Amino acid sequence: MFVAAVLALLATMVLTIVRALLGPTLYDRLSAVNSFGTKIMLFIAVFGFLTGRPEFLDIALVYSLINFVATVAVLKFYEYDDLGSGAYQEDDY
Amino acid sequence: MSLEQFSIAVLLTFLAVAAIGIIVLRDLLAAVILTGLYSLIAAGAFVVMDAMDVAFTEAAVGSGISTILFLGALSFTKHDQKPRGNDSWLALLFVVVTGGLLIYGTLDMPPYGSATSPAQTHPQLAKRFIEQSGDEVGPPNIVTSVLASYRGYDTLGETVVVFTAGVAVMGLLGLKRRRPEEELPEHAPGDTPHEPGHDNDRMT
Repeated sequence: MFVAAVLALLATMVLTIVRALLGPTLYDRLSAVNSFGTKIMLFIAVFGFLTGRPEFLDIALVYSLINFVATVAVLKFYEYDDLGSGAYQEDDY
Repeated sequence: MSLEQFSIAVLLTFLAVAAIGIIVLRDLLAAVILTGLYSLIAAGAFVVMDAMDVAFTEAAVGSGISTILFLGALSFTKHDQKPRGNDSWLALLFVVVTGGLLIYGTLDMPPYGSATSPAQTHPQLAKRFIEQSGDEVGPPNIVTSVLASYRGYDTLGETVVVFTAGVAVMGLLGLKRRRPEEELPEHAPGDTPHEPGHDNDRMT
């Protein structure tokens, strides 16, 4: 059962990588990379159960947090062309 | 071929595909996103290979911090790579030779997961680490003892590499000495900045 899940996850990783490489827009790539991060997370979790070491779940959780940070940073950069000047905040609020 | 080996092979193939994508793409922001993808794949491969500490570092540094640092660098430049007429064949040759030398260097190493590698077959190595590292070094975590003390010269070498890279980057950027008068802020810290219409109040 876990073997089938691992194989299915690898197949979906192929699909997300294809979307990340082909694009065409930036949002396609970003969404593909974000869902690839989710796939890696699931892969680590399933692989931990497959090899009888479900302690890897903690690492999968940390991965999801890091993946979120990177996605937010890219989106913020795309919106404002900058990461931390703070000049945009007056327009926003 | 076990499922673990199959997974490692597939993930390494993903790595190669992502690296080629980073080279080919001319949109630098998309390339930065793909470096995050690259790091995620590498971290997954490290987890499958049971190298948890390396996987943690790769995920935090490669996918998290370095993506953000690349974005910070991109905010100073343009989003598209400058088009070039012809790529340098000399650079390609140099890269291929360097890569070939690195691969040649791995040929002496024991294969991945080998039970007959010197670290596994040495009669006293693991026994000594497990039994005496607490008395000899101190930390209850044996991995910490090995990294910081038994393998201290290796860690020192890594630190030298990081230091050298930092010095090289500083040299590339150039160390400009700031003039003192330009550093003075308009208002001293804690001073309430006066508004343009109230200049007369300050004169009283």
